[in-house]
Amino acid sequence: MKRSAVPIAVAVLAAALVGLLVYGVVARKDDTSLDAAVQKGQRPQAPGSAVTLPTLDGSTQRSLAQLRGRVVVLNFWASWCGPCEQEAPVLEKAQQQLAQNGGTVLGVTYKDDAGASRDFVRRYKLTYPSLRDDKLALAPKFGTNKLPETFVLDKSGRVVALSRGEVSQSFLMQAIDRAQAS
Amino acid sequence: MRAAVLVALAFLLLAPAGAGAVQPRASFNDVEDEVMCDTCNVPLNVADSDRADQERATIRKLIAQGLTKDQIKAELKRTYGPAILAMPQDSGFSIAAWWVPVAVVLALLALLLALLPRWRRRGRADEAFASAHGPALSEADARRLDEDLARYDT
Repeated sequence: MKRSAVPIAVAVLAAALVGLLVYGVVARKDDTSLDAAVQKGQRPQAPGSAVTLPTLDGSTQRSLAQLRGRVVVLNFWASWCGPCEQEAPVLEKAQQQLAQNGGTVLGVTYKDDAGASRDFVRRYKLTYPSLRDDKLALAPKFGTNKLPETFVLDKSGRVVALSRGEVSQSFLMQAIDRAQAS
Repeated sequence: MRAAVLVALAFLLLAPAGAGAVQPRASFNDVEDEVMCDTCNVPLNVADSDRADQERATIRKLIAQGLTKDQIKAELKRTYGPAILAMPQDSGFSIAAWWVPVAVVLALLALLLALLPRWRRRGRADEAFASAHGPALSEADARRLDEDLARYDT
C-alpha cells in the first residue's frame, strides 16, 4: 500500500460508517405523507387496502378492499394502551351511527396479545369488528407507530381525515359527515 | 472383562450427554433478556411499560405450558415477527449489525498489515542510526562522560 492510500482508506471507512448511521436514523423517521396530503385538502387513497388480516378470533381474514363502498373509521388500538380505553366508547357510538348508513368502524390491534384484545372488546362492549396486525402488515403503511390512531375513509377508500392520538367525539362526527357527503 | 470395562466407560461417558439432550424447562429471566419490548425498542428485561408487562405475562403463560426457551422464542416470533427477538435480524437494514463489526475488524487488520512493515522498517532504521552514531547525549552528560573517562585514563 502506498503512503497516501492508508489515510484515504481510513477516511472512506469512516465516511461509510457515518453514512450507515445517517441512513439508519433517516429510515426510522415517521412517515407523515398521509398527514401532509390531508392537510393540503387532498384525499389520498388509503394504503394497504389489499392487506388481509385475521379477525380477533382468527376465524376469517378481512381487508380494507372488502369494505369499498362503505364509510370506514379505521382505528389502530391495543388493550395495553390507556388512551385507547378512553376513546373506545366514542368509537362505539360512532359505530352505532355509521351502521345506520352501511358504514363501520374497523379496529386493528397493534402489537397486542389476542386474548387481551378479546377481553378489551368484551369489557367495552364493542360491536364493531377488529383485525389483528401482529406482524405490522398494515399499521406502518399508515405511518402508525404510536397509539391510538384513527383514519376516516370515504366510500372510495380515500382518507378524509386522520387523528394521531386519542380521537374526540367532535372530530369523529365531523369527519364521518364529510366522508358520507362525498 | 476388557469389553465390560469399555461398555461401562461408554455408559459413563454417554449418560450425561443423554441427560443433556432433554430440554430443561425455560427460566423466565433467561427468556426475558432475549426478547424485545416491541413498543419501547429495548430488551424486555429493562423495559417498563404496559406492553412489556403484557409480553412478560405471555412468556410466563408459555413457560407454564411447559415450553422450552427455544419454543417460546419461536412462538413469539411466529406471532409478532422476527423483530420481537433481541438478536439482530438477518435481513434488511438490521443485517448491518452483523457485517459492520466484521468489516471494521477486517479494515483494521488490513490497516495493521499495511502499517506494520513500515513501523518495522522505521524501527530498524532507528536502531541502525543509534548503533552507528551512539545514543545522543546532552551537553552535561557528554561533559561528565569525558571527565569520567579522563579519570580512568589517569
